[in-house]
Amino acid sequence: MRIIYRNQVWELQGQRRVRDAIEEVGLEPYTVLAMRDGKLLAEDAMLDEDDDVRLVAVISGG
Amino acid sequence: MRCRRCNQPAVFNMRQHKLAFCGAHYPAWFVERTERTIRKYHMFAPGERVLVAVSGGKDSLALWDVLLKLGYDAAGLYIDLGIGRGASNDDGYSAASRGKIERFVAERPGARFIVVDLQDEYGETLPQVARRVQRGRAKPCSVCGLIKRHAMNRVARDGGYSVLATGHNLDDEAAVLFGNLLHWQTGYIARQAPVLEAEEGLARKVKPFCRFYERETAAYALITDIDYIFEECPHAVGATSLQYKDILNRMEQEAPGTKLQFYQGFLRTRQANFFRDEADQPTLIPCPACGQPTSTQGLCAFCRLWTRQAT
Repeated sequence: MRIIYRNQVWELQGQRRVRDAIEEVGLEPYTVLAMRDGKLLAEDAMLDEDDDVRLVAVISGG
Repeated sequence: MRCRRCNQPAVFNMRQHKLAFCGAHYPAWFVERTERTIRKYHMFAPGERVLVAVSGGKDSLALWDVLLKLGYDAAGLYIDLGIGRGASNDDGYSAASRGKIERFVAERPGARFIVVDLQDEYGETLPQVARRVQRGRAKPCSVCGLIKRHAMNRVARDGGYSVLATGHNLDDEAAVLFGNLLHWQTGYIARQAPVLEAEEGLARKVKPFCRFYERETAAYALITDIDYIFEECPHAVGATSLQYKDILNRMEQEAPGTKLQFYQGFLRTRQANFFRDEADQPTLIPCPACGQPTSTQGLCAFCRLWTRQAT
């Protein structure tokens, strides 16, 4: 799967829960929300090998 | 994890409330909770004219969206500060923010939108003013806050809006409270509230999202497809308020509900008049140039920005 956050992309092998994938790329789960195909994902949602997941910072805007 | 209302798989979980919702029921809960907050603190009533300060970020656009859904008479105000403005007026942070608001309005027929362009009205962008004046060189955010408050008050007064609504969320409020407690700014603590009543020349100020975590407003914006600006203002990088938010979030991780207890406990303490004596404000007098209330003799802090003495 690909984890995309700002200008960074990580490739992870195998299945994982959202929360585990976020921690594995070195981010704190409380700082981001995860989206797949434009839909929000719960922290316990399972990700597949071929998923593209976009992480959105919780703190943003002016 | 299942939706509290329909038992379908949830997309968003709030450990502090022990609640989870699916994509259909989360926005409904969010809108209902906003309405409950408006009523709980007597923020405004149907029929009152509300001016919503919008920045292009998730909180303010979500607030405007919810108020429109609830049927309130809510117009948006965007203050274009010219941040990142280059050779063309169409690039940079402010232009991108404005683009998000224009798109939001285009998708909601009937939504009214007012723009104050700092450069058009005063001849300078925020970065230019901040570089020129003493307080701005040290803290551009201080000048930004001053300019925005002045513009919001002016548009509210001139447009006949009785209420000025901002998208401050619980994380914003908790971070401000935390910072003021660290420095024992008792006067500021006394005046921090979900509602600041109208004073001579100033509209009532309300924060209908003050009970939502920042994560909750972000989730609402994402689920309802509000296209907002993801980037933080370039001037906010390294701001102490962001450091305070991070500290509070780490505590929240260990003990869900910490931020909510911190803020709501403060409001209860405040309601018990714990800070009443500190809330006494100096007498306000109209600024001879703009007419807005000020606590000092002569020009107000905003009008002084545009005089040579400010350099």
